[in-house]
Amino acid sequence: MDLKDLYQEIILDHGKNPRNLGKFDNYNKDAKGNNPLCGDNVHVYLRLNENKKVEDIAFEGHGCAISMASASIMTDMVRGKEEKEVKEIVTDFLGMIKEKDSLETNILNDDEKTKLMSLSGVKQYPMRVKCATLSWHTLTSALDNSDQIAKTEK
Amino acid sequence: MNIDDIKREFPIFDDKIQNNDLVYLDSANSSQKPRVVVDRIYDFYTKEFSNVGRSVHYLAVAATNLYEQTRVSVQKYINAKDKDEIVFTKGATEAINLVANTFGQKYLSEGDEVLLTELEHHSNYVPWHFLRKAKNIKIEFAEINDNGEVTLEALEKKITNKTKIISVSHLSNVTGAILPIKEIVKLAHSKNIPVLIDGCQGAPHLKLDMQDIDCDFYAISGHKMYGPTGIGILYAKKKWLDDLPPYQGGGGMINEVKKEGITYGELPNKYEAGTMATAQVIAFNESIKFMEKIGIQNIEKHEKELLDYGLEKLRKNNSVNIIGNPKKKGGVISFTIEGVHPHDIATILDEDGVAIRAGHHCCQILHDKLNLPATARASFGVYNTKDDIDKLDEAINKCKKIFNL
Repeated sequence: MDLKDLYQEIILDHGKNPRNLGKFDNYNKDAKGNNPLCGDNVHVYLRLNENKKVEDIAFEGHGCAISMASASIMTDMVRGKEEKEVKEIVTDFLGMIKEKDSLETNILNDDEKTKLMSLSGVKQYPMRVKCATLSWHTLTSALDNSDQIAKTEK
Repeated sequence: MNIDDIKREFPIFDDKIQNNDLVYLDSANSSQKPRVVVDRIYDFYTKEFSNVGRSVHYLAVAATNLYEQTRVSVQKYINAKDKDEIVFTKGATEAINLVANTFGQKYLSEGDEVLLTELEHHSNYVPWHFLRKAKNIKIEFAEINDNGEVTLEALEKKITNKTKIISVSHLSNVTGAILPIKEIVKLAHSKNIPVLIDGCQGAPHLKLDMQDIDCDFYAISGHKMYGPTGIGILYAKKKWLDDLPPYQGGGGMINEVKKEGITYGELPNKYEAGTMATAQVIAFNESIKFMEKIGIQNIEKHEKELLDYGLEKLRKNNSVNIIGNPKKKGGVISFTIEGVHPHDIATILDEDGVAIRAGHHCCQILHDKLNLPATARASFGVYNTKDDIDKLDEAINKCKKIFNL
């Protein structure tokens, strides 16, 4: 295990200065998520246009560097993508965090994949995987219009 | 007392953990176990095992005697008047649930109030919340002051003529505040209100004398007292245990069972339904003996020295913010580092073998009040040394470096 794998420069940067933090007015989908283990929470807001494209996305919440960075990178990455594509990215990301060595989706370019892979360090820290996945589960809830609060515990 | 000798009695420190010497600063969560406790469980299962209180064969009688010996040891250790005032439970959580459930059943109805404090662990709130749902009772919280302590005056403010029971921590697992429980009991009794003390953090660190404290109920966690998991103690005055209904039904707690009705057993069996955590209860006797051998006054003194040293050290460390400043404080230091989330602190400290806890420590009410989602916490046990605190301080510096502070 190496802390440098976990706390890469990009994670520290996004953790300290999260992009897309806050709420915007004309969102049409949102969901809350929390991690009952630590009390961290996140609220994802997004606007899908008539073509089911993510026009805008932002999040509110507080948490560790990993969870903030993950939400920050995620929101950056899915803006402008279609709902179907977003879901594919979410599945690919969660699969990578859980078991796969790399990302397989063709939707993301190599730069984007490298950015997402910076979160792969959590694989060595099982207790921290939930920090990285919380915002992604919450994004799924928002897209599915789920009334349920997304949880990292199932 | 020699801490190095004491530390050697704990097998966990024999080997490296992830290539590090273990710096265990999470005893408020659960303490490590001395060899005598571990060996006692092994010996009981390999040489002496039988269920207790039922069969008449040799092993059953011997096991029953051992089991009852722990009850007497606990009685003496906490200076309870009668051994029947000691009820074994699966933990302090079950002890509090037992009281909330049975006292609630018999004495609480709509509009009645239960008085807690903002410091309480979830295990001294959620069981009462069940009653709020089931019986429409109200729960009041005595407020903490800026030092993170609850004063007698703060508690008195919340007592009304509807207050039916007061349930408070002996020692906060977050701020370390030691509550004036003797004064609280005296005040409550002057108004005819019984008092439950959540002694999870009190029992491992402070001298206990039930007859002196005079509380009605006192909940103890075995695994925080160098004992096995799966064992807790409910101390309750005999008048309550005689008066309140049984908690769980099953074998062992009955007197006579007929199709048309059932009568319940005498104390202490009335509250010990089913096969209990026999090996753990028997091994817990070794935990008591272990603590008696060192002497609770010596444990208190040692942990106070560590606390003072730790507070001094961490106060000097820039960007470390210590949570709470109670006048009377146990061996717990909760802290935050400006710009680093407690979970990141815990992960980075762990890399150097420094085991702390991060999160809300099962005290969300308190963290909401402090306006902090989480804190990092270092807590002490008898095996800790000043060297452990130096390592904590060094690891905190490493943490600050990673985060460019």
